[in-house]
Amino acid sequence: MTTTEARRAGRKPAQIVDMSWDPITRIIGNLGIYTKIDFANREVVECHSTSSLFRGYSVFMKGKDPRDAGFITSRICGICGDNHTTCSNYAQQMAYGVKPPPLAEHITNLGEAAEYMFDHTIFQDNLVFVDFCEAMVKATNPSVLARAERTEAPRGHLHGYRTIADIMRAFNPFEGEIYKQALKMSRITREMFCLMEGRHVHPSTLYPGGVGTMPQPTVFTDYLARLMRVIDFVKQAVALNDDVFDFFYQALPGYEEVGRRRILLACWGAWQNPDIVDYRYETMNHWGKAMYVTPGIIVDGQLVTNNLVDINLGLRILLGSSYYDDWTSEEPFVTHDPLGNPVDIRHPWNQTTLPHPQKRAFDHNYSWVMSPRWHHPETGQHLALDTGGGPLARLWSTALNGLVDTPYIKATGHSVRITLPHGEKLPETTLEWTIPQWSNTIERDRARPYFIAYAAAMALQFLEQAQTLVRAGETKVFENFQVPDEAIGCGFHEAVRGVLSHHLVIKNQKIANYHPYPPTPWNASPRDPYGTPGPYEDAVQGQPIFEENDPDTFKGVDIMRTVRSFDPCLPCGVHMYLGNGKTLTTTHTPTYGTDQG
Amino acid sequence: MTTQGGTAAVSREPATPEERPGVDEITILWISEGMSCDGDTVSLTAADQPSIEDVVLGLIPGLPKVNLVNKVLSPSLGGEDFLAPYRAAARGELTPFILVIEGSIPNQRIIEGDGYWTSFGNDPDTGEPQTLNWWIDQLAPRAWAVVAAGTCATYGGIHAMAGNPTGCMGLADYLGWDFKAESGLPVVNVPGCPIQPENFMETLIWVLYHAAGTAPPPPLDHMLRPQWLFGKTVHEGCDRGSYYEQASFATDYNSPKCLVKTGCWGPVVNCNVPKRGWMAGIGGCPNVGGICIGCTMPGFPDAFMPFMDEPPGGTLSSMLVKPYGAVIRRLRGLTNDMVNHEPKWRHNKRKLTSGFDPRWRP
Ligand code: SF4
Ligand code: SF4
Repeated sequence: MTTTEARRAGRKPAQIVDMSWDPITRIIGNLGIYTKIDFANREVVECHSTSSLFRGYSVFMKGKDPRDAGFITSRICGICGDNHTTCSNYAQQMAYGVKPPPLAEHITNLGEAAEYMFDHTIFQDNLVFVDFCEAMVKATNPSVLARAERTEAPRGHLHGYRTIADIMRAFNPFEGEIYKQALKMSRITREMFCLMEGRHVHPSTLYPGGVGTMPQPTVFTDYLARLMRVIDFVKQAVALNDDVFDFFYQALPGYEEVGRRRILLACWGAWQNPDIVDYRYETMNHWGKAMYVTPGIIVDGQLVTNNLVDINLGLRILLGSSYYDDWTSEEPFVTHDPLGNPVDIRHPWNQTTLPHPQKRAFDHNYSWVMSPRWHHPETGQHLALDTGGGPLARLWSTALNGLVDTPYIKATGHSVRITLPHGEKLPETTLEWTIPQWSNTIERDRARPYFIAYAAAMALQFLEQAQTLVRAGETKVFENFQVPDEAIGCGFHEAVRGVLSHHLVIKNQKIANYHPYPPTPWNASPRDPYGTPGPYEDAVQGQPIFEENDPDTFKGVDIMRTVRSFDPCLPCGVHMYLGNGKTLTTTHTPTYGTDQG
Repeated sequence: MTTQGGTAAVSREPATPEERPGVDEITILWISEGMSCDGDTVSLTAADQPSIEDVVLGLIPGLPKVNLVNKVLSPSLGGEDFLAPYRAAARGELTPFILVIEGSIPNQRIIEGDGYWTSFGNDPDTGEPQTLNWWIDQLAPRAWAVVAAGTCATYGGIHAMAGNPTGCMGLADYLGWDFKAESGLPVVNVPGCPIQPENFMETLIWVLYHAAGTAPPPPLDHMLRPQWLFGKTVHEGCDRGSYYEQASFATDYNSPKCLVKTGCWGPVVNCNVPKRGWMAGIGGCPNVGGICIGCTMPGFPDAFMPFMDEPPGGTLSSMLVKPYGAVIRRLRGLTNDMVNHEPKWRHNKRKLTSGFDPRWRP
């Protein structure tokens, strides 16, 4: 997908080597990447992504009380469990016909804002940036490090590092200043989260119908004090990231091709506007557009739709090359949506999960992940949408839609402007994220710190609105409801790394069917029955290799940068030295190295 | 050391310490490839008392040098590079090590033919996925200690709930409850969905002190949990406990009162979270508005579902406490009213009425 004409010309006879990374480190979940690399032309010619874990949520949730769904689905993910609980509650609220009080929405929004800030920070600075740190660049591109030593950091007055190499050093695991600061910040933002949602990872105070969080003024003051302690760090993170990523484009011409794929982005929207949302399916297009991150499907730079009803109806779960049996001969659960539109048998409302463990075969079935796709009504294609790791699609869709207009955030149609108040060291600052030229590894990574700033700015607004309610005595946070005998619901939200939907069917007051679709199945999906590779596979396949090492010392840093740029559902953590400071030796033994020209 | 819970009689006396040589270096091999969400690893990074960096960087006096190998935390790029210490341990070439398992253990035997529920790297000979079960079979008998992190690994947890397709279970169910590691320790269970960060760190450092030869084995109860952390009930540490005593019950989640009628299982659940908070003393469950769903318990989740209904025993006990609670509440209300007024002798009139005896005056 990323091969340029320039690289096509003057090709040498291929020298193909099998390379695999399984398990991938610094991610959460069981992910393996299997490639064939042409070392003569320095590019990846083939890539398969595989997940080797099956747990079966959609199987064991059947027959359970639907009110339990949020508590159970939180356990899908150990980093963004709250995103699942929130999304599940959205789906349940639609099914039960209940609208939480406004303060409950603000509290949920504040919790989610803290989650985005926590998760993106620890992921970017403590996981992604290890691939860009001094030690790693030295081991993979020594000439680039030499250049970084000589290159002044253009935004040094904001972040305080003189050269690009100084920034890279600050990202070295453990010793680096930024690395250590990020760990601290990840704890402060998690405390903010716990103030709103009780516990991190699996929240204790979220319910369908609202929250149980005690809305005392103290809770909000405690949150605000912590937010202001991290506000300068957020501004600096944007400046640091911009400096490093701009430098990579300069130092390695052609680096924009790394991890580049066609612009096929999906965003389901985040943060409800309590004044507008009523959770009814019939009005979903209206309140969907009022979210503080605007939903949208973007194909080749064009906004295809921002209607949640269209987005919903276009969802298709294809079996792809996964270890499941088909369900199309089963009775559908939902034939029509509440507006009377037909619902496909491959839609999550109608999915039945039939696991079938089997041998891994890359020319047949090779993953426990199915292939979610979006059916484009005009072209009839099943699009392998990606989430850009979350922030890229969120910012892109919000910018293009041009709908968000708040005291701190403005979407302009081509950019998003984020204003943060003054902090301890830095003055009030307006940051602007502009729609980039490419959907590639660097832009996915660059979007992340901008979205941290976005989340901080939204948190300020939610805080002000919540405090106004509390001071006016409007402290109701939960609305009672009845579970109907039969109902359907769907929830749309953004997990940290991208689109999240929950689809629910209730019969006899029990769960008849439940299907959560987090971002990773979208991004990590294997080839579908049409032969379309999943986004990781597509982004890696065809990408050039810039690493200077030979096959026997090859680390695969460009490939790992691409995979990690998607924020594989597999977020956070801290890097640890292996034993006594042993670093980064690599033994990806080639299994064959024949000439296949 | 024992911890007496008023309603929980699960504590036992620990074994007595004995003279043993300690080790000065130990590797922690952490495998999170069970049926899990990796939330225990993530929770671990929230611990600050002490933090995992403190332990790994040797900032805790008296501990052996610790080499932590954890996929999420590894600076390695992955694959065989990352797996090397696990392979060495499986061959018996890396000792001593502590095996930490995160996630419940699937039953591979129910699979007919090929296939796997979860794997960790590949079999170098066949290139096929190497199952989690294979790794446990190789590593547990060679481990100096075996620690189960989180309710999935301890007792099966969410993924082992009724209707699950994988037949999964906790580690002690898999290895046998009489399993003993090389140190003589049984599986050390730290339940919690996920682990409360500090609870885990504390248990880990006790095991490490034990490895260093400076502490007796950690005192565990009959479900192999650390006694001092799980010896009391949620209720016994809940700051809504006095509402319970006064029979002031919340009828929905808008209330600061006791949550037992809206689904709290605190009176019968072993967990210290309301007392300790979630991290840095902040957050928790019933103390901050969340019902206790029993996430640390062997019966979790099935025994506690549906979560949002009153526990079956709750009706009777909260009914019994009603008349007593009503009287107490009323009496306390009167006293509270009294102590909410200033005594009558405080005024700005011309006479001192405080009862002061002016002996120095004529
Ligand atoms: S809220 Fe739960 S733990 Fe707290 S007093 Fe009531 S029943 Fe006990
Ligand atoms: S109080 Fe209950 S729900 Fe909360 S952590 Fe403890 S056992 Fe789990």
